[in-house]
Amino acid sequence: MRLVIALISGALFGLGLTVSGMTNTAKVQGWLDFFGAWDPTLAFVLGGAILPMLVAWRIAERRKVAVLGSPIPAKPDPVLDRNLIVGSAFFGVGWALVGLCPGPAIAVLGYGGGNALLFFFAMLIGMAGYRWVPLMLRGAPA
Amino acid sequence: MIPMDWILGLIGGLMIGSAAAIYLLVSGRIMGASGILGGLVDLSSPSLEKAVFVAGLVAAPLAYGMIWGFPQTNLTADTSLLIIAGLFVGIGTRMANGCTSGHGVCGISRFSVRGITATVTFLFFGALAMYVLRHVLGVI
Repeated sequence: MRLVIALISGALFGLGLTVSGMTNTAKVQGWLDFFGAWDPTLAFVLGGAILPMLVAWRIAERRKVAVLGSPIPAKPDPVLDRNLIVGSAFFGVGWALVGLCPGPAIAVLGYGGGNALLFFFAMLIGMAGYRWVPLMLRGAPA
Repeated sequence: MIPMDWILGLIGGLMIGSAAAIYLLVSGRIMGASGILGGLVDLSSPSLEKAVFVAGLVAAPLAYGMIWGFPQTNLTADTSLLIIAGLFVGIGTRMANGCTSGHGVCGISRFSVRGITATVTFLFFGALAMYVLRHVLGVI
């Protein structure tokens, strides 16, 4: 049953990303271009996505357990560490450079051609190797 | 007259939020693209559930495109730009433990301080990078 739900959620997520225009990098870059030809579409996407989740969190936090028995994930402590800020800054710059964030980067794989694949594999390498970045920044002994 | 793109954005957004709501309420999971994919590739928490989620996320847009036509991606063909951006997005989202779906959609709707802070930070740096790279340096 878990697998069926994962398939349905993944598919609906992918359709939503496609319908909303989030796999169109020009629209996403336009959203970030506050000082140019600003495109507000992404605000509607984010707003539309938050609405069902506002309801879902209210239900989830009252029930404490999901339908299939797993506990609802605990709310993280409101602690802001360096990784959260530095990581988000890195992500923001990468997002602006090409106009893809992880969800759309996966959703576009089927029709984005070789360029989408190249971005995807670079992203995978980054995801797999991110733990080494702080070590590299600290510098290897000469 | 409201532009069609905004309406489609809202409809697509509602679909994204519904997908996240189903994943949360039925399976008890946070729908975050970078967490799901990252858990698979760095082998920190691989599962068949995550793999099936990714399969659905690839297959549904493909099926949609084959029926109604593929949307434009306007992806750059600049190889070095694609590689640098991919690395930044991969490293950044795993370091911050979330991206637009996990921190943005799931975090903001829970009034999570970390989610809201992450979203404000990546939007700020995204807009800053866009300003510098497009309007000052003219490279993208």
